[in-house]
Amino acid sequence: MSYFSDIYNGIKTLLTGMSVTGKYFLHSQKGAITQQYPDNRDTLKMFERFRGEVVMPHDENNEHRCTGCQKCELACPNGTIEIIWDRQVDPETGKKKKMIEKHIYHLGMCTMCGLCVEACPTDAIKWAQNYENSVYDRTTLTRVLNKPGSKLMAGVED
Amino acid sequence: MNLSLSITKNIHDWLFSMMPETVASLTEMTLIATVYLAVFAVTGLFLVLLERKVAAWFQLRLGPNRVGPWGLLQTMADALKLVSKELTGTVNADKFLYNLAPYFVIITALMALAVLPFSGEFQAFDINIGIFFLIAISSIGVIGILLAGWSSNNKFALIGAMRSGVQTISYELSVGLSLLTVILITGTLQLSEIVEVQRNGWLIVQGHIPAMFAFMIYMISGTAETNRAPFDLVEAESELGAGFHTEYSGMKFAYFFLAEFINMFIIASIATTIFFGAWLSPFGITESLPWLGVFWFLGKTLVLVFLMMWFRWTFPRLRIDQLLTLEWKYLLPLNLMNIVLMAIIVWLNLTIQF
Repeated sequence: MSYFSDIYNGIKTLLTGMSVTGKYFLHSQKGAITQQYPDNRDTLKMFERFRGEVVMPHDENNEHRCTGCQKCELACPNGTIEIIWDRQVDPETGKKKKMIEKHIYHLGMCTMCGLCVEACPTDAIKWAQNYENSVYDRTTLTRVLNKPGSKLMAGVED
Repeated sequence: MNLSLSITKNIHDWLFSMMPETVASLTEMTLIATVYLAVFAVTGLFLVLLERKVAAWFQLRLGPNRVGPWGLLQTMADALKLVSKELTGTVNADKFLYNLAPYFVIITALMALAVLPFSGEFQAFDINIGIFFLIAISSIGVIGILLAGWSSNNKFALIGAMRSGVQTISYELSVGLSLLTVILITGTLQLSEIVEVQRNGWLIVQGHIPAMFAFMIYMISGTAETNRAPFDLVEAESELGAGFHTEYSGMKFAYFFLAEFINMFIIASIATTIFFGAWLSPFGITESLPWLGVFWFLGKTLVLVFLMMWFRWTFPRLRIDQLLTLEWKYLLPLNLMNIVLMAIIVWLNLTIQF
């Protein structure tokens, strides 16, 4: 008798599926997920987990959180990050200390894998949500993440 | 009063007063054929647009909305593009059959339209074996598909065409038997008489339980007949490229595409005619305005077309063995049982009559 119960179950599950899509159909007008991109570029916001490019946030005193430990450089599988660093005398303690001069990020080589962001022990770099990354000249894809004249935020290394 | 009738009658009288009888009837046939061609090219384009819009709404998208108001001219633009495209072909194709195939498909689709009763007067060819003609013609279309697949000299196309053959031969049985179930009530194959029978209630009401079963079986096998999802093994994109029309381009491809949508319209129209009273209004509310019949007919047909689109965008594609299991192990035995049930109901006068 499983023949008839198979038919019954078959029809029941088909109708369940149709009711699901039917609900979508009825709510399609306000629930449409389509972004009409060039029309709404002023209001279009990417969602939180979107990986646009790696940035280094600076606070209002032009201070970042990068200690120059180079863990991101090591973590990157395709050599996207280059850190140019130097030992300089710390004006407060008077001792020699590792400081970054340039944190160079080649967006053109980046596969957005996110290993550098995970590797960073001080949360100095994070993902930005911008999505219009195309340029006319590929040299502009090479970016220096730390702003000129910026220095390490106090208390990060403690 | 009777607008459509008076116009066609006036043209008819005018033609016959002007020319000898043979020439006049030939001219009339040509005129009618032209009108049908024009109307159904437009219907095909409209259905493609409807399909795309409905698909979009089922998937929470917006659909075409750039060309014309609400994207209404999108398919016109697509057709223009297809007309302007080059007709490519494979070197080793069987040229004659390759070029013949699209016309087979489109002509059978258009021939089936001739017998459909769009309203009391608007029916080109009221033949006394109407349903038989429809079933016969609608299965000739598969020859075009087989030819296309065979003559393209492409393995994907051939596999698609063979699948189409298997599918059509199997499901043709169910289409025929489910319509036969309803013929038991009407006792005639002529479409205009079937409509007259339904003045006492649509056949799906008159035949209640077995008619409902017959309608469900008809819609399933009708969807399979048009090679639409979930039965679109013929052109399964992920397996066969585009199936039987892989090697076609431009307007020849457009013929296949248009024929698919006109076939869908025909399947829905047959269901409307047989089960839902064709151009008859529900409870005879517009009995005094017979020309409204066209709108009733098209309205009911569009609802059924929407149902087929609903199937398409809900159910995943069947495997070939599942397709054949569904037909031979489920639909066919159920259909035979259903015919017996209907025969008993008609014999005992248990039909519902208003």
